[in-house]
Amino acid sequence: MKLGDLVLKVRSKNAGPFWVTIDIFCDTPEAYARVTQGLATATVAGLYQVPEQLLKRFDIPDLRVVKFSLPRPVIQGSAADRDMHGAQYAALLEEHDLV
Amino acid sequence: MTTRVLVPSGVLGLGFDRKALARGVAARPDIICIDGGSTDSGPFSLGAGVSKYSRAASKAEWRLLMQARADAGVPLVIGTAGTCGTDSTVDWMFDITAELAAELGQKVKVARLYSSQPKARIAQALAESRIAPLTPAPEIDLDRLGNIVALAGAEQIQAALATGADIVIAGRTTDTATIAALPLLRGDHAGGVWHGAKIAECGALCSTNPTSGVILVDFDAAGFTVEPLAQGAACTPHSVSAHMLYENSDPFRLYEPGGHLDVTGARYTAVDARRVRVEGSAWVPGPYTVKLEGARVAGYQTTILAILRNAHYVANARAWVDRLTGFLHGEIASRMGLERDAYDLEFRLIGVDGALGPLENRRGDPVEVGVLGIVTAQSQEIAAEIGKLINPFVLHYPLTDDEELPTFAFPYSPATTDRGALYEFALNHVMRIDDPMAAFRLTVTDLTPEGMA
Repeated sequence: MKLGDLVLKVRSKNAGPFWVTIDIFCDTPEAYARVTQGLATATVAGLYQVPEQLLKRFDIPDLRVVKFSLPRPVIQGSAADRDMHGAQYAALLEEHDLV
Repeated sequence: MTTRVLVPSGVLGLGFDRKALARGVAARPDIICIDGGSTDSGPFSLGAGVSKYSRAASKAEWRLLMQARADAGVPLVIGTAGTCGTDSTVDWMFDITAELAAELGQKVKVARLYSSQPKARIAQALAESRIAPLTPAPEIDLDRLGNIVALAGAEQIQAALATGADIVIAGRTTDTATIAALPLLRGDHAGGVWHGAKIAECGALCSTNPTSGVILVDFDAAGFTVEPLAQGAACTPHSVSAHMLYENSDPFRLYEPGGHLDVTGARYTAVDARRVRVEGSAWVPGPYTVKLEGARVAGYQTTILAILRNAHYVANARAWVDRLTGFLHGEIASRMGLERDAYDLEFRLIGVDGALGPLENRRGDPVEVGVLGIVTAQSQEIAAEIGKLINPFVLHYPLTDDEELPTFAFPYSPATTDRGALYEFALNHVMRIDDPMAAFRLTVTDLTPEGMA
């Protein structure tokens, strides 16, 4: 099942020019449990091609949110940047198949 | 002492609900605070020292806020004026303010807080080991740095308010500083103040009606209460606590000059259907550092856009641009005498992996492919010349030698667009200062309807 079909919303956005942060909003405790248990940090690091130790992960049960923050693969606005606001990075997680 | 802060919207220039603003003024706030910028649109604004928002939109909204200030009889503060908060955009905002004072017949004392940093100050701070990198930080190359700003905190806004100003136009500040300044000055709970300021800094984004703008926050000795003022908008414990996620790499900590906010222990409770009370946030004092932002020119660009609609070329778009790129490098070398390291030529395939590039993991069957060619060179003249040189080949180059010359779709004439300077962010550092005003300066001006007094 694709993560985006299980949860309410996956959102990504710059957190300053050097970081991007991705929030997975789950509308039910069941969805939250499936995401926290089924989504490995290493998998997310692989999707965004960043070393796992640079990826920050926050599982926030009160909000039913799983949040990842990572150094931007390319610095915002640099010659190689393709997405100034970092909002399309979410698509990779949204379309990820949860096992 | 309770301090009531009215926040008309998350940023000047994006609009707000006028009726909600009137309700906010009627609620007798102690101060009106609005943000004027962010780095979110990229390095151009800081690099060029200009506002991203239109002057007309900024002036129209500032007019309403100057009227609200006069009605409420309290200070009006804008932080990070003109998107990037350089001295040039502070003065841009000041010019708008002076025009409006004349048009509205207002007599106002205006304090300008300047945040731009001369290179000599950065050089001295480097020599004294007062600059530390954050993660990840570019190497500091002082010679290449253009505009540099430091992010002011609450102390510098307090200094501006202490001049007795009716209006404070601040250069680069942290997102929260303008909102936090007065409640901190009056002794409200520091953890609650910084937390409430973070919740309110994007306006109604912390409510169920994010575009309505106007928010009212009451700070006191134990925490804060937040209320959206648009009809039908509500703050809920979920909408308020979830706002700590937004554009924050760490949803529990927020670093400010002189310490950090820790919201791990925060408790969010509904006061009624639209107001939320928050207590339990902590302020943890630390060294007095200000964050630095800087931009530099990374080159000059010319772009070209062609659209492939022919199915054969759509199916082979990657192979086509690879062959084209190799051919063009040869043409540029032989006709212009430019080595490969003197410029950059890149083609991005819109419809294939335009947004994600190497991270893209899906393959589709697009109807058409946009080929965006980007030339980056050391001057606009060279970039433009390369653009003209490659133009006919981007239009006609064949996939193989034994096929007819194709002709693709150009949406423009001329096909190339000179983009000007490419700026890049060149600092992600903090600078330690002993006196908060050591890196900032204040100018106070009395404006009358006739001009400057």
